[in-house]
Amino acid sequence: MSGNHHDSHHPGPESYAALRTKALEALLVEKGLITTDVIDTVVRTYEQDIGPLNGARVVARAWVDPAYKQRLLADGTAAIAELGFGGRQGAEMVVLENTPTAYNVVVCTLCSCYPWPVLGLPPSWYKSYAYRSRVVREPRTVLREFGLELPEAVEIRVWDSNSDVRYMVLPERPAGTEQMSEAELTALVTRDAMIGVAKVQVPATVGRS
Amino acid sequence: MNGIHDMGGMHGFGPIVREENEPVFHHDWEARVLAMRVATPVPIPGGSRNNIEQMDPAAYLTTSYYEKWLHSHIKGLIDAGVLTEAELAARVAFYRDHPEAPVPRREDPERVQRIQAQLRRVVESPRLDLPIQPQFRIGAAIRARNIHPPGHTRLPRYVRGKRGVVARFYGIYDFQDAMPAGTTAPPQPMYAVRFDVRELWGESAEANSVVYIDMWESYLEPA
Repeated sequence: MSGNHHDSHHPGPESYAALRTKALEALLVEKGLITTDVIDTVVRTYEQDIGPLNGARVVARAWVDPAYKQRLLADGTAAIAELGFGGRQGAEMVVLENTPTAYNVVVCTLCSCYPWPVLGLPPSWYKSYAYRSRVVREPRTVLREFGLELPEAVEIRVWDSNSDVRYMVLPERPAGTEQMSEAELTALVTRDAMIGVAKVQVPATVGRS
Repeated sequence: MNGIHDMGGMHGFGPIVREENEPVFHHDWEARVLAMRVATPVPIPGGSRNNIEQMDPAAYLTTSYYEKWLHSHIKGLIDAGVLTEAELAARVAFYRDHPEAPVPRREDPERVQRIQAQLRRVVESPRLDLPIQPQFRIGAAIRARNIHPPGHTRLPRYVRGKRGVVARFYGIYDFQDAMPAGTTAPPQPMYAVRFDVRELWGESAEANSVVYIDMWESYLEPA
């Protein structure tokens, strides 16, 4: 029981939750506490607009612009705001740099703290009991399950986000990307690499020509 | 509180299950729950997290993520006095008996603009500009206090009593732990503290790994 997809396997609780949600929305709208278009806007914003592409743009900019990277590591919130990103669950951003000797990975063991403005809403596995319980105790084993085997010489740094600070990882720029444009680099950066459970990979086709 | 939500280090939850191309929401109602919690302008007494932590532990484990949010939001609105359990139950019964009945609609473009600004615009830092001197310097050896607050706390069990090193100083922040009724906690210095995994989990811990966790000053004592 990971708690991941409980609702999708048990139609009973799901329909009850759906019913309660419907009743709650009706009451809040009638009371004037919320409006339908506000709800629709929030949903659309997190489904379509605010997601890991924002973070990927931050990472790509840091890779091509050393001065930006310096600002990003010194004051994440301000540097991320330079690209127009900020807001709820990102008022205090700290960016963690991966290097050949240090590898960072982010978790929230107590709940699900996550940097919404740059990564969007967290995936189910990030919120799962398995990830929350295990990554602080056996980070190498967890990373291996994600397909990432790191040498013992690399220090693993797990960041348990339990305050107002939200963390994002600045992955290492992969070798072989020296000729790539900022836009091409942006397309390489994955959500998992910015949480810290993956490295940024170069597609096999790149650089073959 | 020493609750089921405080999961760092627990065994028994199995492998981490990932879903390829996972949608942002798996059901429409989940999206509505997130949006209502984000956009309902009612302060939740005690905070939303606290409501989730106060759930029955068995219920916590067997409800989905957004079911917890729904529970927490409903409890918060009832506690805030803007909703009653009875009116909600009546409306649930109504929709159960009339599944085709529409949800009332209301629109307000001004509120839409306000929420868009909230979600996207750079918001003010929660860091407080107060003349409070931090007691610990970067590099200071500390111990996380072995305390067990019965209410909401951001000090997980797995670091209590453990020795670490102050790695970063973040500034002065409001303390988030629950306080006795009628009292408010003074703002405090906040740090990132580094713990070696061997200190946390013993000699059999994995090689060359550390955990950083944010710590309000009152969580710490000199080591």
